Amino acid sequence: MGIFDYFRSPPSKSAALAKERLQIIVAHERGNRRSSPDYLPVLKKELLEVVRKYVPIDQSQIKVHLDREGDCEVLELNITLPDEEQRLSQR
Amino acid sequence: MATVIVVTSGKGGVGKTTTSASFATGLAQRGYRTAVIDFDVGLRNLDLIMGCERRVVYDFINVINNEANLNQALIRDKRVENLYILPASQTRDKEALTKEGVEKILNELKQSFDYIVCDSPAGIERGALMSLYFADEALVVTNPEVSSVRDSDRILGILASRSRRAEQGDEPVKEHLVLARYAPERADRGDMLGVDDVLEILGISLLGVIPESPTVLQSSNAGVPVILEEGSDAGAAYSDLVDRFLGKNLPHRFLVTQKKGFLKRLFGGN
Repeated sequence: MGIFDYFRSPPSKSAALAKERLQIIVAHERGNRRSSPDYLPVLKKELLEVVRKYVPIDQSQIKVHLDREGDCEVLELNITLPDEEQRLSQR
Repeated sequence: MATVIVVTSGKGGVGKTTTSASFATGLAQRGYRTAVIDFDVGLRNLDLIMGCERRVVYDFINVINNEANLNQALIRDKRVENLYILPASQTRDKEALTKEGVEKILNELKQSFDYIVCDSPAGIERGALMSLYFADEALVVTNPEVSSVRDSDRILGILASRSRRAEQGDEPVKEHLVLARYAPERADRGDMLGVDDVLEILGISLLGVIPESPTVLQSSNAGVPVILEEGSDAGAAYSDLVDRFLGKNLPHRFLVTQKKGFLKRLFGGN
């Protein structure tokens, strides 16, 4: 810093901004990493195929979710079966 | 038993190869038999940084494909005893880097070396994944800059999920942060992320801080690992880093702005 620097506008604290942005994006990306392991989409697809052998359902009627409670991971599987009428009409 | 250490970062140009070269040289200087492997198939550069580019005859892929044996491909360093370089192939594509092939070579190297340093390519493609898969420890090279820190976090995630240790449920890969190209005066001014900021975000232990230094470019021009430039701050920082890795408890240097003389303060300049 020379004597001439004193006449410039005060420096912006861009490092603080960098830190804040990084903390947000890193937390977000770590969250994604934990809540959906690599195998979830494939698991969902295969489950869908098995259920379809017996009941006609589509992609939106199956929900797979992995939750973490303390040290314990819970795999939640939710399949909405169609109404009786719908099933008959689809046959 | 030999230790396999990957030098990785995700982002390119942050100082992986510079760190690999100096780290391996430092280990060898301290009497450990050390091999350093370039995993950047198609874009090899470790040979240039180590100054042995004209002595490359066979490479990593030749050994994997049984076209040469390991002793033919390993280049013995002329300056430091106990140091050997295994160059990457410049012509073949990365698909030649198979898990079985890499494992075979690492197992063979483990017979006669104390440390095996794997210089990862940038990115998270095959070369990078292969270089970290068999690692026991990792040096994550990061610059105090947003994209580098984010990519380092991504690599930490990969180390924790896709390394062999992770897959087999062994003790996780030991992660060390190497903060390179650090400029304390810019951090003091609030223009650059500080050491504490990066540590807080990444949450791993700090192995060393390498100050931004013109010596790094000068030594790469000459093909001399910067750790051999003993009078330079970057060289001294790498030397401390190696000692710390080997268990010495050394304080971190080069974290504060160097005091300038009256005239320099008045007229500026470095």
